[in-house]
This record gives sequence, C-alpha cells and structure tokens, in this order.
Amino acid sequence: MNENLFASFAAPTILGLPAAVLIILFPPLLVPTSKHLINNRLTTTQQWLIQLTSKQMMTMHNTKGRTWSLMLVSLIIFITTTNLLGLLPHSFTPTTQLSMNLAMAIPLWAGAVVMGFRFKTKNALAHFLPQGTPTPLIPMLIIIETISLLIQPMALAVRLTANITAGHLLMHLIGSATLALSTINLPSALIIFTILILLTILEIAVALIQAYVFTLLVSLYLHDNT
Amino acid sequence: MASLDQEVMGIFSHSSVSVPVKDKKLLEVKLGELPSWILMRDFSPSGIFGAFQRGYYRYYNKYINVKKGSISGITMVLACYVLFSYSFSYKHLKHERLRKYH
Repeated sequence: MNENLFASFAAPTILGLPAAVLIILFPPLLVPTSKHLINNRLTTTQQWLIQLTSKQMMTMHNTKGRTWSLMLVSLIIFITTTNLLGLLPHSFTPTTQLSMNLAMAIPLWAGAVVMGFRFKTKNALAHFLPQGTPTPLIPMLIIIETISLLIQPMALAVRLTANITAGHLLMHLIGSATLALSTINLPSALIIFTILILLTILEIAVALIQAYVFTLLVSLYLHDNT
Repeated sequence: MASLDQEVMGIFSHSSVSVPVKDKKLLEVKLGELPSWILMRDFSPSGIFGAFQRGYYRYYNKYINVKKGSISGITMVLACYVLFSYSFSYKHLKHERLRKYH
C-alpha cells in the first residue's frame, strides 16, 4: 500500500528513457495559434482568456517590466494547463516534481533580482532595511531580510510542488477508501464519495490558483526590481 | 501517406494508370507490395516530423478548425491522453486488481 501510494508520482519511463519530456510537451498541442483575425471556437476562447489574464497581470508594471509579459503569460498558461491535465485519471503531472518547479522558479527569481541590482542598485539594496527601524536592530534585520530574499525561489518551487502533490495524494487516498468501503458498508462509501466530488472541485480551484500565485509572485519580484 | 505537396496538388491515380509504389496511399497498396512500400517511406528526422505535422493538421482541420467546432474535438484528445497514461501506469496498476492470486 505504501509503495503503491507514491508510485503514481514516479516519472514515467520507456525502457529507462524519460518519457516525462513527451508529457511536458503535450499541453502546447491544446493551445493552437492562428494567423487569422476570426478563428475557430477553441482558439477564440483561449485568446479571450489569455487577453483577460494578461491585461489583469501586466497593468501594474512599467515599460521595463512589461518586456517580461511574454514570459509571464506563457508561464501561467503552462502551469494552468499542466495542473488541469493532471486531474485526469492516471495522468502524470510534471509540476509534482520538485526538480521541474525549481527549474522554473530559480531562473525567473534570479533574473528579477539581478535586473534589480544592475539597474537600480540603490533601491534594490534599500529593500534590505525597512524604514524606521530602531538602530540596535539593524544588523539582525539585515540578516533576516537577506534570508527572506534568498528563500523566495525555494518557497515558490516548494509551494507549487507541495500543493499539487498533497491534493493528488488526498484524492488517491479517499478514492481507494471509497472503493474499499463500498463492499463493506455502502452508505458510508456514498458519503466518502461525496467528499471525493468536493475534493475534485477543490483540486480544480487549486490548480488554477497555484498557477496564478506562482506567476503573481514572480511579477511581484519583478515589480520590486524594475 | 503521400507528401504534403502532392496532397495539395492532388494525385490523379486509378488502377489503370501505373503509379510508382512510393507515391501510393496506404489503402491503395497491394498486400504483396507492402514491405517495399514501408521501406520506401522517409524515415529521416525531418520525414518523421513531417508525418507528425500532417497528422496533427489532419485532425485539427477536421475537428477543431471548423465553423461550429464542438467540445468533442478536444475531449477526444483528452480521452486518448487518459488511455495513453493508463498504458504507462498499467505496470503498477496490475497489482491493485481485485484478484485472489496476483
């Protein structure tokens, strides 16, 4: 039972080769691009959604920050589609792997921080000391602020991994509990089945929200540093 | 499948006109010619990529890129994805069946 619980999170392999690459490359097939002004229904819906989110996200940045808009919009599309596809039965979600989330979080955070230090050095260094601190507290506070800066990419990656993994795990457990109880005591199995349905709705929400949070925080780091 | 250029221009072929084996579509190849037909296909990386591209656009133009595309265009893709993932995880799943002897 213990081995089976986490087996679904193992990266799939074909004869030892990572097939996870194929699965990561699958979501772009569902988001078609088009050169025409008036498209089919799928493309129109997706373009409307993308325009909605990009306008919502990029209004708070100045001109320099808006050069990142392609990166941030593609990030949110990728995380949303990957999380939502992971809710299908038996599918493998790449965002449950910490390696992938670290690979997404560290370069983006590092890019924002390096940009901030390069173009606005004084402002970036000033973030380390909030205004109006009492003088004896200054050394300790600088250490704390440095740690909180350095922990941002870790927090981004671990937040996404932990949320998605925990949701999938909970669904596995409650699903197998429903199956096991269905032969023993049917009414309780039905109650647990209702819990499963509610959890699935929650998971859909979590999938969307996590993508949003990830992207929002990256854009926040960007805003601080442009 | 004939190459994309020939599909666009259209190949005029019926059984009285002799067409080389390479350019026939799969349903028109006789059973005896099948091995030579397979061997004459373009298996270079660009050939394989071209095959995937043709397949993708064939599906896209038939089910999604139409005036009143329905939700079945994308649900078919997702159903195939579920089956594909199931085949990947079958190895782990076969131990969880309700059988007396595994």
